[in-house]
Amino acid sequence: MTKVQRKETVGDIKAQQIELNLGAVIKKPGSSMDYHTGSWRTFRPVIIQEKCIKCSTCWRVCPDAAIFVDKKGRYNVNYDYCKGCLTCVKECPVDAINKELEEK
Amino acid sequence: MKSVVEASEAVALAVKLARVKVCPMYPITPSTHIPERIADYIFDGEMDAEMIHVESEHSAASALIGSILSGARSFTATSSNGFALMYEILPILSGMRLPAVMAVANRTLAAPINIWNDHSDAVSARDQGWIQLYAESSQECVDTMIQCYKIAEDKKVSLPAMMCLDGFTLTHVFENVDVPEQAQVDKFLPAFTREDTLDVNNPKTFGPIGFPDSFMGFKKQQQDAMTAALDVIKKANSYYKKQIGRGYGDGLVELTDMGDAEYAILGMGTLCGTAKAKAEELRAKGKKVGVIRLRSFRPFPVKELQAAVKNLKGLAVLDRHISLGSNGPLFTEISAITPELKLFGYIAGLGGKDITLKHIESVFTDLEKGKQSREWLM
Repeated sequence: MTKVQRKETVGDIKAQQIELNLGAVIKKPGSSMDYHTGSWRTFRPVIIQEKCIKCSTCWRVCPDAAIFVDKKGRYNVNYDYCKGCLTCVKECPVDAINKELEEK
Repeated sequence: MKSVVEASEAVALAVKLARVKVCPMYPITPSTHIPERIADYIFDGEMDAEMIHVESEHSAASALIGSILSGARSFTATSSNGFALMYEILPILSGMRLPAVMAVANRTLAAPINIWNDHSDAVSARDQGWIQLYAESSQECVDTMIQCYKIAEDKKVSLPAMMCLDGFTLTHVFENVDVPEQAQVDKFLPAFTREDTLDVNNPKTFGPIGFPDSFMGFKKQQQDAMTAALDVIKKANSYYKKQIGRGYGDGLVELTDMGDAEYAILGMGTLCGTAKAKAEELRAKGKKVGVIRLRSFRPFPVKELQAAVKNLKGLAVLDRHISLGSNGPLFTEISAITPELKLFGYIAGLGGKDITLKHIESVFTDLEKGKQSREWLM
């Protein structure tokens, strides 16, 4: 089977081998978890914990389920999957989420 | 067993003999008799298969994806505008490397609406990754249909294949056909197996996105499979000949009277029968003429064609289709591989226009005179 070495690495994503299975079949279930879609983000949402009222609006509106609640009950962004749509920034009722330009 | 059947029934018999399990069908003239016969076989208990009465040809082709992924040998048939409606799914079947087999009862594309034969439907899909074999007789339809499964399912190929048969000229004409025995076909064509199937206990993803870093790799694999198919088609033809007793040229190209020929006609499908009849007549008068019948349009057998035309003084290519704004596609492709050869291209038999012995004679006369009198055989 032909293998292509992916040359570019983005952020913390390790160089990965793409195996060209016949007909592009993906034999391992759930492999999309390995694909970090956050790499194409232009703006990153940053939650200011001091302002956050824990209303869960950002968690509900995120189209990619990239907002998670940590063990201490704080709302956080999973930057591996956040594509930077900024819906959370727009919807936050107390303006507790800033947008910051990604610099690579 | 010899039977007098029309080519539509010959195709249906071959589908039954190939032990096809799923047939998503949507009828359209002139392919309709094929699903009709298959429905008869299923209803009479002669064939153990599921016929899906889909709502369109687009759905028929889509259902092939699911049925093959579930591990079932599958079949459909269509023509003309029905074929055009399938178009979106054709490259998906080939890209997913699914060995579907389809009979295309060739009919032109509207407008003006016309139910008769030319190769516009199938030839216009030449770039969509399907193997395309063109049959000349009802007998060849039975034999080629069975070979199509052998070729498409070969692990080196794993591509869909269409068998093209001229609408009405074959589909609705009764001929004596020698139908192979089930035991012979079972020996030639083992049961269909697939490594990757839809299985809840072993989930896999089929038809995912291909990003720019992998997409070209997949296309290259398809092209390599097409190249490998050249040899597989030849082997299927010779193995069939050995097992069942009939073959068609080398499987890719069929040559008639080409040994010492100076002039020849090249075409696909039934028009070659007319050309052979005229060539035989001219041979009796001492003219050195022959006929090249292209059986495999995709993959395109470059080496075999170059060898066939090597000693010719002139070749006429008869296209039953025109790429409007350019030329006959067959003519264009032959031109590209025979730069030294004197080549005439003719557009013939569009929308059911008969290609007569007189037409063929005028083409041979043109070749002999070294001057093409006309481009459209009307």
